[in-house]
Amino acid sequence: MKIIKQSGLIIFLIGLATFIGIIFTGTFSLTQSELDTFIKEKGFKSEVIKTQLKNTIVENKDLNIFEFSSGVTTALETSNNHYNKLISKYNSEKNWAKKGEQYQYKISDKPHSLSFTLAKKAGKGFAAENTALAWFLTFGLGIIGALMFIIPDVILLGKPGIKNDGIFLNAATNRGWIGWFAFIFLVTFYILLYFYPDYIVNWVYLVDPISISISGNPAGQWFLYGFLYCVVMTVMAIRMYIKYRHNKYQILRTTSVLFFQIVFAFLIPEILVRFNKPWYDFKNAFPLDYDFFFQWNLKELLASGGFGLFILVWGIVLTIVIVPVMVYFFGKRWYCSWVCGCGGLAETLGDPYRQLSSKTLLSWRVERIIIHSVLIFVLVMTGFALYTFFTQKGVVLGIQTQTIKDIYGFLIGSIFAGVIGTGFYPIFGNRVWCRFGCPLAAYLGFVQRFKSRFRISTNGGQCISCGNCSTYCEQGIDVRAYAQKGENIVRSSCVGCGVCSAVCPRGVLKLENGPEKGRINPTEILLGNDVDLMELVNK
Amino acid sequence: MKHIVIIGNGISGVTAARHIRKNSDSKITIVSAETKYFFSRTALMYVYMGHMKFEHTQPYENWFWDKNNIELKEAFVGNIDTSKKILNFTNSETLTYDTLIIATGSKPNKFGWPGQDLEGVMGMYHKQDLEKLEKYAPDNKTCKRAVIVGGGLIGIELAEMLRSRKIPVTFLVRETSFWNGVLPAQESKMINNHIKEHHIDLRLNTNLKEIKADENGRVKSIIIEETGEEILCDVVGLTAGVTPNIDFLKDSGIELGRGVKVNRFLETNIKDIYAIGDCAEQHEAIGQRRNIEAVWYTGRMMGETVAQTICHKKTAYKPGHWFNSAKFLDLEYQTYGWVFSEKGKKENEAYFQWQHPVDLKCITISFDKNTHQFLGINTFGIRMRHEIFDKWLTENQPIEHVLEYLSDANFDPEFYKLHEAEILAKFNKENNTNILLKKKSWKRIFAR
Repeated sequence: MKIIKQSGLIIFLIGLATFIGIIFTGTFSLTQSELDTFIKEKGFKSEVIKTQLKNTIVENKDLNIFEFSSGVTTALETSNNHYNKLISKYNSEKNWAKKGEQYQYKISDKPHSLSFTLAKKAGKGFAAENTALAWFLTFGLGIIGALMFIIPDVILLGKPGIKNDGIFLNAATNRGWIGWFAFIFLVTFYILLYFYPDYIVNWVYLVDPISISISGNPAGQWFLYGFLYCVVMTVMAIRMYIKYRHNKYQILRTTSVLFFQIVFAFLIPEILVRFNKPWYDFKNAFPLDYDFFFQWNLKELLASGGFGLFILVWGIVLTIVIVPVMVYFFGKRWYCSWVCGCGGLAETLGDPYRQLSSKTLLSWRVERIIIHSVLIFVLVMTGFALYTFFTQKGVVLGIQTQTIKDIYGFLIGSIFAGVIGTGFYPIFGNRVWCRFGCPLAAYLGFVQRFKSRFRISTNGGQCISCGNCSTYCEQGIDVRAYAQKGENIVRSSCVGCGVCSAVCPRGVLKLENGPEKGRINPTEILLGNDVDLMELVNK
Repeated sequence: MKHIVIIGNGISGVTAARHIRKNSDSKITIVSAETKYFFSRTALMYVYMGHMKFEHTQPYENWFWDKNNIELKEAFVGNIDTSKKILNFTNSETLTYDTLIIATGSKPNKFGWPGQDLEGVMGMYHKQDLEKLEKYAPDNKTCKRAVIVGGGLIGIELAEMLRSRKIPVTFLVRETSFWNGVLPAQESKMINNHIKEHHIDLRLNTNLKEIKADENGRVKSIIIEETGEEILCDVVGLTAGVTPNIDFLKDSGIELGRGVKVNRFLETNIKDIYAIGDCAEQHEAIGQRRNIEAVWYTGRMMGETVAQTICHKKTAYKPGHWFNSAKFLDLEYQTYGWVFSEKGKKENEAYFQWQHPVDLKCITISFDKNTHQFLGINTFGIRMRHEIFDKWLTENQPIEHVLEYLSDANFDPEFYKLHEAEILAKFNKENNTNILLKKKSWKRIFAR
């Protein structure tokens, strides 16, 4: 069994190395006619970029992806610089007509997105041409290796039960060198995915056939991400099933997040595209789905007939009615650890890191400030966006709506939710985004704290203050602080993962939905002592 | 300002300090030689096992003490001058007090075995024991085998700890079956099997004769009393119970028995000196409890109580219904009320027992043969609600009531398989009754 496990690790690492290595393979060049078609499609009028691209990326040049990318981005920059100069020149000459003419030549595409689109057409080599083999050597080996590493635990872990042996003695799970490597890998991955998609175009080639079979279109970077997300969650869900095989709550919860990710976040949206409908994830509620009320989305929905209208109504009802009503009955866990994709990744890929979240009072203070700021930010931004949608005025109170949206998309949507939210798993624990950043979690948290039937019940006076619950709380809640006082845990940030209850050696904690009365029960003297004393002090 | 000094920063002393602080602004000093900050002793095992780091065992962050104006003094008390109200520390410093609370806890028993003080022999009680274990048993190459002497709760925890690092363990238990002085045979047997499933070499009916040293004065082996067998080992864990940690009080004039003698108000024979927790010994037992109760919960309860007395609300220590819990490897145990083992139970006490055919789950309910009054329950592998059983015990409910409403008492995580119906069916069959199981009711659960 150990040999299988170790071979699995080696195979996984080979898969990972190939995956990283494949970025550097292949050559990229376009034919003149391909370039011409592209420029025509895009409607670029700039002659400068045409010549520049022709000189750098057309015909028989053995460019790797980095050289190709640099060629495209330089071409774009040169072109825009050229016309910017003309604009300032005509500006100083006060030649308004000429000045106005120049704007049509400017190109607003993001350099690396443009480069990605071109590279997707220009690639030759291993990933683009031997896609099946390349897929096997990367995804295939990764999956096989990971499963070989994980599945022997059925036997190696021994009898079912809580198996946290050695977690704080292991470099992977205690911020050791493996943890830091994982951190660097994940952060780099998200930076590439969000800001340099052209560099990972070879990865996108790997999933082209899958994308075509589902949506009929070749894959983009977000299809790659969605597919990778599902693969990682599935593999790590198997790990969860083995680790918590004695705990039905964990098994059902894991199955649920996996189902919602694969079906709702991945398959249904892609199938919608196949039928020329807007890409939509039916479970992704605003304000987590922060661009739902953006002009382009509303326009697209309104242009998609009855179905688009249905999505629009559903999206609003989901946020305003379904989400809070469900939180009232079941706590925010129904969303955060049974349905949500971010939660799904945190509970599968992130589970090995849950013990790294900080439990200090200071981090709780920081958490409340940041998460509620993000909520306010998203609401203000949405207000601006809706104002712009209804009035068609791009400027509100002297601020460009687009600027606010860009700042949010960059800071929150990309950096916080992606790079920090997932990249920092191995250092700050697996719910960094959910705990500090997610505006939906903040909203659900209000409902859970003030109007809900959900609580974690503390079982009388049975707590021995051991601290397993607090240590393994991914949301950094000091569960023990309540349990050792005999108090129920009612906290806005609790996502109801149920692990505190699972790791408790004395059976003190139970997640349950009960009457609101008595849900919050501050106590001084715990059950088990003199009844008169309890009455005297606890009143 | 009155100065209250507490010797010992375990659960008893710290609970007392917290409750005194809530009710007074007296100066409070907690003295400890073990660690500066309070930690949960019961969690030490998880540090060695890698489930937690030591700081995770500390229930309060380090700023807590300063914020609540509780002074922490790291020193070892050599003796007490009760006439001058002075503590003399071994480092020759002194501290005067107005009120003194002795909460020094326990120390592991040693029964005069030859070799019991050798290098590599240890208890599993103090933080220092944990450090010793890290030194002598960091892995299974340094420690090729460990022998544990004494089959109680600490013994099985130590075995679990060592097994987490794949160290072979031989477990010497004096009794014919694990902890059968406390547990009924059904439960005890289940644990025996579970211990073996974890590849622990369990030796029942076995006593230690002596511990042998190598040429460097380190543990080399142990000899078994009954067979004379020699078992080679690098570490010996002595876990044959604990006694009050009160050696420093010998000449203090404080009345001592096995522990510090206290009355119901936790007062010693000397005014302004109290004793709580493991080290306190009641003159007369309370109900069916022992005179010395070395349990987390009772330590906490005494701390809660003594704080009231010190803050001028003189309160007797009147613990409610007995409860306890433990975890034997993967097996969770809870108990409410009194369930005695076959050896310990009285003539009028009878059992109703149920065991799952496959899973490690069982219950024993103790009840009065004549009146059918419910006396207590042991559960293994099933969690139960403390409040509900406490209420049933107070109401003197009969066993039939307990079984009828058993669904209200279940505390297992959601979606777990429930066994109330099977349990009740067995009872009905054995007693020719026809009790119907009531559905779980939130209304009843939260009725006060």
